[in-house]
Amino acid sequence: MDGERSGDVERRGDVERRRRPVGPLVRRILRYTLLVVAAVVVAFPIYITVVNALLSPQQIAARPPTLFPVHPQWGAFRSAFTLGNLGIFLRNSLLVTVAITVAEVATSALAGYAFAFIRFPFSRTVFVLFLATLMIPMEVTLVPNRETIVALGWFNSFPALIVPFLASGFGTFLFRQSFRGVPRDLHDAARLDGYGHWRFLTRVVLPLNRPAIGAFTVFAFLGAWNQYLWPLIVTETNGVRTVQIGLRQLQALSINQTNVIFAGTVLAALPIFVILIVFQKQLVRGLTAGAVKG
Amino acid sequence: MADRVPVSAPVSGDRTPGRPAGPGRFGRLGRSLREAVLGYLFILPALAVFAVFVFYPLVKTVILGFYRTPPFPNLPSRFVGLSQYRSVISSTAFLESLWRTVLFVVFTVPIGLVLGLGLAVLANQRLGGIQIFRTIFSSTVATSVAVASVIFYTLLNPEVGLFSYWLGHQGGAGILNNPTLALPAVSVVTIWQNLGFTFILMSAALQGVPDELLEAARIDGSSQWHRFWRVTLPLLSPTVFFAVVVGTIGAFQAFGQIDLLTQGGPNNHTDVLIYYLYQQAFLFNDTGVAAVLSVVLFVILLILTFVQFRFFERRVFYGR
Repeated sequence: MDGERSGDVERRGDVERRRRPVGPLVRRILRYTLLVVAAVVVAFPIYITVVNALLSPQQIAARPPTLFPVHPQWGAFRSAFTLGNLGIFLRNSLLVTVAITVAEVATSALAGYAFAFIRFPFSRTVFVLFLATLMIPMEVTLVPNRETIVALGWFNSFPALIVPFLASGFGTFLFRQSFRGVPRDLHDAARLDGYGHWRFLTRVVLPLNRPAIGAFTVFAFLGAWNQYLWPLIVTETNGVRTVQIGLRQLQALSINQTNVIFAGTVLAALPIFVILIVFQKQLVRGLTAGAVKG
Repeated sequence: MADRVPVSAPVSGDRTPGRPAGPGRFGRLGRSLREAVLGYLFILPALAVFAVFVFYPLVKTVILGFYRTPPFPNLPSRFVGLSQYRSVISSTAFLESLWRTVLFVVFTVPIGLVLGLGLAVLANQRLGGIQIFRTIFSSTVATSVAVASVIFYTLLNPEVGLFSYWLGHQGGAGILNNPTLALPAVSVVTIWQNLGFTFILMSAALQGVPDELLEAARIDGSSQWHRFWRVTLPLLSPTVFFAVVVGTIGAFQAFGQIDLLTQGGPNNHTDVLIYYLYQQAFLFNDTGVAAVLSVVLFVILLILTFVQFRFFERRVFYGR
């Protein structure tokens, strides 16, 4: 396989043709075959999930298996809402995720700005502390954190799901790096124009750093939506549980309702699929930020 | 822009910007104080959250490890110093869970990486409709751990699961209840769920390989295979390394798939470190043991993160 890209298409094409005059069609067919096989293998679990959501439980259990819904039945989606409480779970997830995302972006932007533009004592030390949070994942502080939540009277409530994630070391770091790219001249000019830090942040820095903010927003949304362990241990009733935990209950449905299970997973994954399609660029940037920026 | 020439007059009401007319030591001091206060105001929200939910609980976890949890609730826990750390770390249950975690890393990280890289190379071609394939290859990024696990759990159901049928395991206890196959099955789900991310990562890295280098190698007459091994792969090595470390860290934190697919079973065969910790903490309420396990997990992740940081320093150096 060639590691070629879309740039220099003409020139590349010429070189290609001169060096390998034989069998371009065969090569093309071979490449497409490989691509299609890989795509089928990767996408099959998703495909069969959607198909099964549209079949009856009897059709799902039938052998040989039904691989295409000739007469799709949409009832499973309705059952996912009634039997599986998906409506409540999705609403809770949306609420928690939006709250976390907005707050993380805001607190990270403020802190990132402070580290990039404001001189205050011990800023280096505090910045190292912020970086240190990257090495302390939630998984290693579960016990005392749950005790804190209980002590605050937040057990089984939305604050328990939201408040511990109102800040992000990664976001702060990302924004600091990105904000530092704003030319110093611009900063001086803004000061001379009477801009305080707040106005400089909101009118100059944030608009100039839209790509970084977009990337982190999508990244934060994804992370918050997919949380599993923490919501599991600080909630106990459906009124506040998120859709990931809702899936755990859905999975326990009997094998006579497998179509409902599949429909539920489709519904739980749908919002992120939409994001993947609409914000592909930001998503890619967000996911690779750690690797590329270092 | 207006570096020296002020474009507009200071907005009324705002504090006078720019340099003060005289030397004005007092004014400068006042301004730097204001600046310091503002700086702390800006970082305060994040710092407060970190203090309460990251730093305090980390210290608390270490301390909890010094106290043995009483066998019955409502009795006071007893200070035992380091002895609980010693006993937990040398216990068979811990060592076995650590070994299973290492196995899980070995099962998931290298295979996931090779598959992700393979897909990235495959999709890095100039062909019509390639964008569709790229979207499909990154699609599993949209499935959460829970979504992926529930899908595979149902497809692996011994009675109605399609994969059970295809793999010849219909009827009986099922693959997830098979002591030999349970951990590999959980690994496959994990690899699949991570594939989209690995693909995206590797694609981004592949696109960073300069065309000129490949072109030069091509003109020198090296084969495609040779070009991949001698030019592309060495240039990808930083990203490959990043993916290995991040994948390993992720594998040590993998909880959802265990909880949904096997709950540590059958007979503890998928009881990895994080799941063992969860059981001790929230099913058996043994805070002391759970705290020790947390500290061990923290140390492991810390070492991995340091490896990653060191490597980044080196890469920056080489990059210049």
